[in-house]
Amino acid sequence: MMACNCEDQQTEEDFKKAVDRRGFLTKITIAIGGFIGTVLAFPLITSMLDPVTRKKSVNWREIGDVNEFKENEIKMVSFENASPYEWSGKIAYSAAYIRREENNKFTAFSVNCAHLGCPVRWEADAELFMCPCHGGVYYKDGSRAAGPPPRGLYTYPIRIVNNQVEIETEALPITNISS
Amino acid sequence: MKKKLKNIWLWLDDRGGFSDLIKPLKTHLVPPGSTWNYVWGSATLFCLIIQVITGIALGFLYQPSADVAYQSLQYIENQAFMGSFIRGMHNWGASGMVFLMGMHMIRVYINAAYKYPREMSWITGVVLMAITIVMAFTGQLLRWDNNGVWSAVVAAEQMGRIPLIGDSLAYFLLGGDTINGETLNRFFAMHVFLFPALLFLMVIYHLYLVFKNGISEPPKVGRLVDPKTYKKWYEDMLLKKGVPFFPDAIWRDAVFSALVLVVIVCLAWFVGAPALSDAPDLTNVNANPKPDWYFTWIFALFALMPMQIESYVMFLGPLIGVILIFSIPFLSKGGERSPLRRPWAIAGVIFIVLTISSLWYVGVQEPWSPRFDAKPLSEYTTVPNASPEVKKGIELFNTVGCIYCHSIGDDGGIRGPNLSDVQNRLTREQMVIRIVNGAENMPAYGGSLSKEELDAIVSFLETQYKTPNKGN
Repeated sequence: MMACNCEDQQTEEDFKKAVDRRGFLTKITIAIGGFIGTVLAFPLITSMLDPVTRKKSVNWREIGDVNEFKENEIKMVSFENASPYEWSGKIAYSAAYIRREENNKFTAFSVNCAHLGCPVRWEADAELFMCPCHGGVYYKDGSRAAGPPPRGLYTYPIRIVNNQVEIETEALPITNISS
Repeated sequence: MKKKLKNIWLWLDDRGGFSDLIKPLKTHLVPPGSTWNYVWGSATLFCLIIQVITGIALGFLYQPSADVAYQSLQYIENQAFMGSFIRGMHNWGASGMVFLMGMHMIRVYINAAYKYPREMSWITGVVLMAITIVMAFTGQLLRWDNNGVWSAVVAAEQMGRIPLIGDSLAYFLLGGDTINGETLNRFFAMHVFLFPALLFLMVIYHLYLVFKNGISEPPKVGRLVDPKTYKKWYEDMLLKKGVPFFPDAIWRDAVFSALVLVVIVCLAWFVGAPALSDAPDLTNVNANPKPDWYFTWIFALFALMPMQIESYVMFLGPLIGVILIFSIPFLSKGGERSPLRRPWAIAGVIFIVLTISSLWYVGVQEPWSPRFDAKPLSEYTTVPNASPEVKKGIELFNTVGCIYCHSIGDDGGIRGPNLSDVQNRLTREQMVIRIVNGAENMPAYGGSLSKEELDAIVSFLETQYKTPNKGN
């Protein structure tokens, strides 16, 4: 008789214990799962961010002797981007339009249209930069002439050192909503 | 012998559970009358299967590296056995997937199959559409020809319009602050690993929902969806009139998918994938980046939008669009499903299809683009016996870029008006003013043309086509 009662009481207690235990096990499994997920997400995130966050040097690139640029003319040059990868190949190079005015005044225009980044072409006879994508047009001083661009062409920093024209490597210009 | 084979099969089936695996298909009941209008979703899934197989095939041949990817594509296209055909299959499979997905979505919307209890099917479907669009775009970039790299620039620029984090997102997409050696790997990893993984998860969940909630019955005028009674009504209806999905319904999916396969194979064989443009080179500005057909309408939108609102539309447009699409099952929950009682739904679909079609049409034409390759006017075809000044005008018309945007007769661009009979519309003074000052979509030539040059061009415009027998 006693044993039977004890057994009944024990079963109820056991059941309660088992429920508590199950609740605890559920929590701990979720916690472990979360921990595993965090650890595994780590390599994914770091590898995606590495190319964006790696250290880049700021470089001045020589693009030619001052005399290679004629006054009142615009010439396209190409130069190597900052810190290219060894496997970048030709993609490591960007282009810019160099405009030389009187008194050794140089301007370097980005070839990217300020609308959506397509390559603008310099039409020397028309004295206009024209974009093939959506018809953006710019004057020779880079200001907007026609079409959808919200602003003029972007420029790169440019300087002359020992009669050499140098251009500073910069990020691809991105037009923002406030431009 | 036959008995032995049968025993082997019985053992395999008993331990391997193959019959049990397809049992849910055989016992899953679908409403009667779910006929040819129900094949769009399965055909989209079939295209995904084509994409996986041809994608793996291309993976064996493609080199995902910035410096040699283009060469490997040349190899696939010109040398590899059936390479051009496989690329064609992958290209047209993608087109088929986008197109059939659109049809599936229209079908579901017109029949209001997104209503209770299938809201989550709609929502996961929209997510699947978003992933498919990302797959289509990233895949287009993997061509890595000059068009491809410039398309990456355009994509980054669009990201740039997002307020505050625009720049960071743009550079995150490119994998650095310019296009570089990592840009291609990044798009490759997204196209081949990351987004397919998400796509499969979502497809499985989307299919699970189809089984859980059942296929929506063909709508009937006056039969309203009431969330309180619908589930019970649906189950009773299935028990009374339902037919097993396998094979009563699936045979139509099989037939239609086979048809899709035939069409894709034919397109791949006879039309092929888009030709590769020049090697990737950001210092080659003679590129004219244009997206594949499914994005042509967005491309057109960017050219046609007023400049002042464009940045906002580029950012807010997709945002509002996505919110609106997601909210459809919550805006119209129960009630009538029949398209005959939902005329606004049909009107909306027609409106959107017409809008996209017309944008697509102008996108193919590109009237806003200067025609750099326009055939120069010849003095003999334009104005016979021209004076020296008019001859000079014709030459200038060709060289200073007038012809890129204006036509004379059939030659020239179509950005601006055709100038064949401009002398009947404008006086000499009006022409001068327009050329000197320009307009919203025309540059001002005042700063670059001399007085003599201006006179020459205007003289030409005044003279041309004045002779009555202009056919000569």
